[in-house]
Amino acid sequence: MRVFCFFLTFFCCFSAAQAETPLVRATDAWVRATVPGQSATGAFMTLYSDAPMKLVEVRSPLAAVTEIHEMRVDENGVMRMRAISQLDLPAQKATPLKPGGRHIMLQALKKEARAGERTTLTLVLEDAEGHRHEIAADAEIRPLNAPH
Amino acid sequence: MKKRLMALVFPALLSACGAPEDTAPPAPSPFHAREVSARHGEGFEMTDRQGRTRTLADWRGKVVLVFFGYTHCPDACPSALYRFSEVMERLGEEAAQVRVLFITLDPARDTPEILHNYATAFNPAFIGLYVSPERTPEMARAFHVFYRIAPGQTPDRYSVDHGVSVYAYDRSGRLRLEIPHTATADEVTDDVRRLIAEAEDREQKTED
Repeated sequence: MRVFCFFLTFFCCFSAAQAETPLVRATDAWVRATVPGQSATGAFMTLYSDAPMKLVEVRSPLAAVTEIHEMRVDENGVMRMRAISQLDLPAQKATPLKPGGRHIMLQALKKEARAGERTTLTLVLEDAEGHRHEIAADAEIRPLNAPH
Repeated sequence: MKKRLMALVFPALLSACGAPEDTAPPAPSPFHAREVSARHGEGFEMTDRQGRTRTLADWRGKVVLVFFGYTHCPDACPSALYRFSEVMERLGEEAAQVRVLFITLDPARDTPEILHNYATAFNPAFIGLYVSPERTPEMARAFHVFYRIAPGQTPDRYSVDHGVSVYAYDRSGRLRLEIPHTATADEVTDDVRRLIAEAEDREQKTED
């Protein structure tokens, strides 16, 4: 029985690893550079998924804390920014994270984000079956005064 | 269905009837931004990077654009400051007649030094200004700017909801325009040029 369980576990792990990783692409990823002393900044990109997915977590070597944020300006001209627990990526449709909408908030920065350097963001995605997948997004660090 | 139709028609009828009775429409504003006339924030003391006390009066004779925000803001604040750096570029030599002030609404995390580094990253002439946490609510009331601390998942991860309009003061120190965040760099440049020219007119009149 124990042996059977072992094989069953082994088989499950093996098949999970073999599960086809749905194609999610992150294009035009960038991080806004910071000035000395500044402890937070934003990361932006366009996400495209072949199948319905959710972005549930982002990791960055620059930041101790990351959050997915939604920003909007209401009818009174008041900017509101809120953390959201996940971001739905509809199938075969571009989901932009760009200034004026959603972004990845990088907080408790461990070091200055220097313009011109590159950094890798790890995106954790969850598919419709609840399986998690990770992809790496290579991001350019653009000047603080980058337009968009 | 009929009721709904009436509901639609009645307000239309009312406004149609009301129109002829209205007095002549006010002269169209020459500005893109909303015109106001006030002295908000006048005399309010703030601190610059060198630790000097500054008030709006320090820039009397210049057109002063005042923007409120915080450096923890990854999106709206840099976008707005970028737009104002574009305005300064478009103004060319006239930019010397303009000052852009960036006043923090997050004194717990910002310092005069960080504010200076942040503001000048957009344009070397931009000025970061600091007010102590105790006096920030008073400052916001003086300038009539809305802000509210929105708690985050931990005490240090809050964000600051805030008004994103930029306030333009003319050369005599009067608040004249509320510039919405949707204004383009061209529109703002137009408005600022008009304020610069207008002030010059006034100065000429005084000389006469």
